[in-house]
Amino acid sequence: MNQRLWLLAATGFLVVALLVGALVGPVHIGLVDALESMIARLPFVHMDSPLSPTQESILWDIRLPRVVLGALVGSMLAVAGASYQGVFRNPLADPYLLGVAAGAGLGATIAVVYLPNGFGFQNALPPSAFLGASLAVVLAYAIGRSAGRGSGGATLVLAGVTVASFFTAVQTFVQQEHSDTLQEVYSWILGRLPSSGWNDVEILLPYVAVAVVGILLHRRLLDVLSVGDEEAATLGVHVGQVRLVVVVCATVGTAAAVAVSGLIGFVGIIVPHAIRLVAGPSYRLLLPLSVLVGAGFLVLADVIARTALSPAELPIGVVTAFFGAPFFAVVLRTSRRMAA
Amino acid sequence: MSALSVERLSVELGRRNVVDGVSFSVEHGEWVTLIGPNGAGKSTLLRAIAGLVDHEGTVLLDGRPVRRLGRREVARRVAVMPQVPLMPAAMTIREYVLLGRTPYVSYAGREGRRDHAAVEQALARLDLVDLAERELGTLSGGERQRVVLARALAQEAPLLLLDEPTTALDAGRQQEALELIDELRLDAGLTVVAAMHDLTLAGQYAPRLMLLSGGRIVAQGAASEVLTEALVAEHYGARVRVIEGAVIPVRA
Repeated sequence: MNQRLWLLAATGFLVVALLVGALVGPVHIGLVDALESMIARLPFVHMDSPLSPTQESILWDIRLPRVVLGALVGSMLAVAGASYQGVFRNPLADPYLLGVAAGAGLGATIAVVYLPNGFGFQNALPPSAFLGASLAVVLAYAIGRSAGRGSGGATLVLAGVTVASFFTAVQTFVQQEHSDTLQEVYSWILGRLPSSGWNDVEILLPYVAVAVVGILLHRRLLDVLSVGDEEAATLGVHVGQVRLVVVVCATVGTAAAVAVSGLIGFVGIIVPHAIRLVAGPSYRLLLPLSVLVGAGFLVLADVIARTALSPAELPIGVVTAFFGAPFFAVVLRTSRRMAA
Repeated sequence: MSALSVERLSVELGRRNVVDGVSFSVEHGEWVTLIGPNGAGKSTLLRAIAGLVDHEGTVLLDGRPVRRLGRREVARRVAVMPQVPLMPAAMTIREYVLLGRTPYVSYAGREGRRDHAAVEQALARLDLVDLAERELGTLSGGERQRVVLARALAQEAPLLLLDEPTTALDAGRQQEALELIDELRLDAGLTVVAAMHDLTLAGQYAPRLMLLSGGRIVAQGAASEVLTEALVAEHYGARVRVIEGAVIPVRA
């Protein structure tokens, strides 16, 4: 298949996922009615929505914001995972590689334990998780740089592992001291999409937009990096600079996503690898496809998370792994291509 | 002006001068081969010429110091064939050869018509057109060598650096590869600097050999002057007979 067909197919998948996310739930909303309600909201269209006020409110204030949020988080995690795998040439790299997860975890725990009332005007958890995640990666980068100049990504990855263990230790300590908060922290760690209206979407959108555009601009250079640091340098690429810019984009976006959704695992590994196996390893196609498929995948996972045990909710991280792993195993078995 | 001119070049790695005050120059269209035992500094010298390691002294490419040229500008002047190229298994030959155009594409830009034309030309020159969609992981050693050469050709750099171009090949493929490189040198007017272990082949293809030992040039000239039983014994610690340019190891 050529590039356009793949992009078209992925866009179709995302549209279907978004519609399923908007329509499925305890209150039934029909496809046609929902589409008419959406059209009625367009500017210069004079048409009444066929939905009742309650349905209207469920669709617009609860489901759609959550669906859009899921799409943003999913696309961010998938594209960040793909680009981490590229700049570190490590198939096991995921967006949490350089300590984002551990840093965000510590930030979230501190917020839950010490700032239960937030900053007065808003919940302290997202900004605190964002700060923790950023701090962890900056530390990992500083240590990696000072330890191994010119030795490629390996030192950086080791520095990330070091920082992550340290932050996790501190987080566990704080948590043990305040075991009454275990439940809340644990549920955040498993990942869940909040149903809190458009506010989270507005906060997250600028981060994801900048990060995704920044990463996509490097898709050709990520192909060059796949021949190794030294060869890429002989082809005229400033490897360290490219790696830094891509890591900064991926990290900022991931930290913002994690701050609102918790630690949703697996998306950043499974989505890019599934795409590699069917569409090939070139980052020119892999990165845009990761954005589209990652978004659709997480929206569908969230549908399962909120309907499987309805009215209770499953943590979405459990769903991504439970359904993602078998699916990936099938792709792995049936694919002729080698995973890069 | 020389294509390449190296003046008092030294490279320090781990507090040891791996290359120690080396000076030489290479004219346009010349083929010079570096020989010398393991650790003599051949690869490091090539890496310094390509601007990949910090060095003292000067490396001039067409009279311009490599240290002052940007990475992209160096890449437009020097193509490197590494000893063990990293070739992603699932990448196609055409995608791989296209990487050779990297120094001509702007930071966030895409390749243009000129770049694709250069790739097709390189593929045609190396008889790879029919294989262009094959994945790198499916290629034999000889094919891989041709693909790496095609990438270097697409790079359109006048100076070609080869680090052990024949190590992974059988006797037939070794000759094929070296013949091909020599043809390309004559066709495209390339200048070639190679590092090689096979002394007989080194002497057959390069009109000028430079024997490197302990980071210094200890002998240079035609094969008949450099490939002597005494020099090989002294610097390689090997017992050999040299018969009509063939360097043959002998047992005591």
